[in-house]
Amino acid sequence: MDHARKIDGADGGAGGAADGPRAPDGCAGGVGRRDFLAGVLKLAGGAFVIVAGGAGLASTGEAAAKPGEGYDWNEHRYAYLVDTEKCIGCGSCVRACRAENDVPDDFYRTWVERYVVGLDGSKVDSPRGGIDGFPPEQTAFTPTKAFFVPKICNHCTETPCIQVCPVGASYRTRDGVVLVDGERCIGCGYCVQACPYGSRFLSPRTHTAEKCTWCYHRITKGLKPACVEVCPTGTRQFGDLRRADDPVRLAIERERVQILQPHLLTEPNCYYLHLDKEVR
Amino acid sequence: MPEITGFAFPNDVHVHWSLMIVMYPYITGFVAGSFIVTSLYHLFGREEFKPVARLAMATSFCFMLVASLPLQLHLGHPERGWYVMVTPHFTSAMAGFGLLYGGYLVVVALEVWFVWRRQIIESARRSRGVKRAFYMALALGTYDTSPEALEIDHRMVRLFAGIGLPGACMLHGYVGFIFGAIKANPWWSTPLMPVIFLASAAVSGIALLTILYQVVSKLRHVAIEARCVASMARWLWFFLIITITLELLEIIMLSYENSEPWHIISQLLTTRLEFSFITMQMIIGGLIPLILLAIVVMMDRYLHERVRNTLSVISAVLLLLQVFSMRWNVVIGGQLLSKSLRGLRSPYTPELFDREGVLVALALFAAPFVLLWIFDRVLPIYPEAEDAPQQAPGHEGEAPTRGAMTV
Repeated sequence: MDHARKIDGADGGAGGAADGPRAPDGCAGGVGRRDFLAGVLKLAGGAFVIVAGGAGLASTGEAAAKPGEGYDWNEHRYAYLVDTEKCIGCGSCVRACRAENDVPDDFYRTWVERYVVGLDGSKVDSPRGGIDGFPPEQTAFTPTKAFFVPKICNHCTETPCIQVCPVGASYRTRDGVVLVDGERCIGCGYCVQACPYGSRFLSPRTHTAEKCTWCYHRITKGLKPACVEVCPTGTRQFGDLRRADDPVRLAIERERVQILQPHLLTEPNCYYLHLDKEVR
Repeated sequence: MPEITGFAFPNDVHVHWSLMIVMYPYITGFVAGSFIVTSLYHLFGREEFKPVARLAMATSFCFMLVASLPLQLHLGHPERGWYVMVTPHFTSAMAGFGLLYGGYLVVVALEVWFVWRRQIIESARRSRGVKRAFYMALALGTYDTSPEALEIDHRMVRLFAGIGLPGACMLHGYVGFIFGAIKANPWWSTPLMPVIFLASAAVSGIALLTILYQVVSKLRHVAIEARCVASMARWLWFFLIITITLELLEIIMLSYENSEPWHIISQLLTTRLEFSFITMQMIIGGLIPLILLAIVVMMDRYLHERVRNTLSVISAVLLLLQVFSMRWNVVIGGQLLSKSLRGLRSPYTPELFDREGVLVALALFAAPFVLLWIFDRVLPIYPEAEDAPQQAPGHEGEAPTRGAMTV
C-alpha cells in the first residue's frame, strides 16, 4: 500500500483537488485555466510514474480483490459519482487503473470519451481509452460544445452480467461491488456480450472475464479506487451510501443525477452529473 | 487492431464469440432439423418419409455427439467447462445447456436403441467373439424379439419421438434464446430470435437430409424415391418461407419503428454484412432456393425425376449456405456493432489454423459424417428389411427380416 500513500501525497500537492469526494460545486477552482491545465498535466504524469512504480506490487486480476483485515461488508454500500463538467480528459485515471490493476494492452477497465457536438453533428472518440489524453480534433461541422465523459463499470444492482453467468463466477458483494471469481470463470464471454456498457472483456492473459472492481483491494482498506485517487479535478468521486454525511450520497440525494442507459433498468450505481443527451 | 468506423466503446472492438460460436448453432440446427424429419415419419406417420426416417435419426444422433465440441473449443478455460453441468447458475440461459443437452442426448440415444434393438440382438446372435460381446453389451441384457416385445419397442419409439420433438425444439429454441435475450445488443435482442433459429434449424435439417438421402441412395445403387424427394422439397419450401418471412420481419420491424438502433443496424447490414446478409442469406441462399423449390413443389407433375432431384439438391446446398450465413450474421454481426450504437468495427476474418479457426470448423462439420459412417457399420441404417414388403408407417422393425429368419 506504499504506492497508494504516495498517491495521497501527490494529490495533496495539487491544492487538495482530489483530497476526497466533495459535493459538486460546478467549478474547478479559482486558478486560471492555462495554469491549471499545465499543473494538472504535470501532476498526471507524476502520478503515473509513482503508480506505475507500484504496479509490480499489485497482483493481477481478481486475486487482488481481497478485502482488508477486519473489514465488514455489511457496513458499506458503495456508489460512484462522475461530474462530467469537471473532466479535462487528462487520462490520469486510465493510466492509474492500468498500473494499479495490471490491465492488459488494448483492454480497458475504465476509459474517457470525448464528445464534440454541434447543431449539425457530433463526433465521439476515445483514442486508446484516453490513456494519453486527446489530440486536437477537426470536425466537418461547427462544434458548439465539447466535453469529456469518464466511463467505468456501473456495478449495477440488476446487472445482466451476473444474470447470464452460467457458473456463478460473476457476483455482487454485499457492499455493492460486482466482481468476477477468476478461479470459477470458464471464459465463455456471455457476460461480455450482456454488459450494455462495454465494461467487461476476456483477458488475453487469464482467459477469464475481467472488469473494474472499484479497486476492491483498496476500498476495503479505507482507500479510494486508483482512478478517483489520481483524478486531479474531482470529476471522479467515490462514496459510501451507508454514511449519512458522505458527499457522494449527498450529491445523489440532492442533485439531479443521471445514469447511463436507464431504459435498460440495470440500476447502475455509477451516477453522472450534467450528462448530455449524446452520451449513451 | 481492427479498424473502427464511428465510435466504439474501447472494449467493444474484440470479437470474443468467434467461428466456433457460429458452428455451435449450425450443428445443433442439424440435430433439431433431422429430428423433425424423423418425427414426420415416426410420430406423424408420414409414410413418404420412411426412406429417410432412420437416416435422419442417425444423423441427428451423430450431430448431437459433436454439438458440444465447438463450445468446449471456444471456452477460455475448457477444463472448467463441466462447471456448467455440475454447478449451473440457473438465472443464466447458458446454464440450461447441461440439462437440455444431457436430457436430449439420453432421449435420442434411447430412441436409437429402441429402433435398432432387434438388429442389435440379431447381430449378437449372428456373430462370434469380440463382435458378439460388443453387440451383447449393446443389447443391455434383453434378447426378447417376440412380437409383444417388438410392439413395446414400437410404442417406446413413438414415446421417445414424442418427448424428443419438443426436446429438439427446446434445444434449438434455447440457442436462439441465448442471443435473443441479450438486451444489451439490439441486433440480437428480439423475441423472434428463438423462432427464427428454430425455423432455420428445420430448413438446415431437411436440406441436409435431402442431400444425404440422394447421395446415400446413389452409393447404395438403389432408386431414389420420387415421393420422398417431392415431399421433402415441399416441407423444405414451407420452412424456408417461414424462415425468410421471420428474418425479413425482424429487419422490417426495426426499420419501420425507426428506433434508436436502426441507424447503426442499417449500416451494419449494408456495409459490413453486405455480402453475408444481402448476397448470401437473402438472395443466393434465400430467393433462389425459394424459386427453385416453388418450381419443384408447384410443377411437380411436369418434372422429370432427374430434374426434380437436381433442383432439390441445388436448393438444399444453397440453403445450407443460407443457414450458415444466418448464424454468421447473427453471431459475428452482433459483435461488429458497438453497444455505443455509434460505431462498427472492421469485418472479422477467422484464422485458418487457430483453435477456433477454419480448419477446426471444417473438421467439426465433417466429424458427424464420419460418425454416421461408423454408425452405419455398427447399426446398418438400411438393413435388408428395406427390401422386404412395404410396412405400415411407424411399424418399422415389426416384420421379421430375412436375416432374422436365417438365424
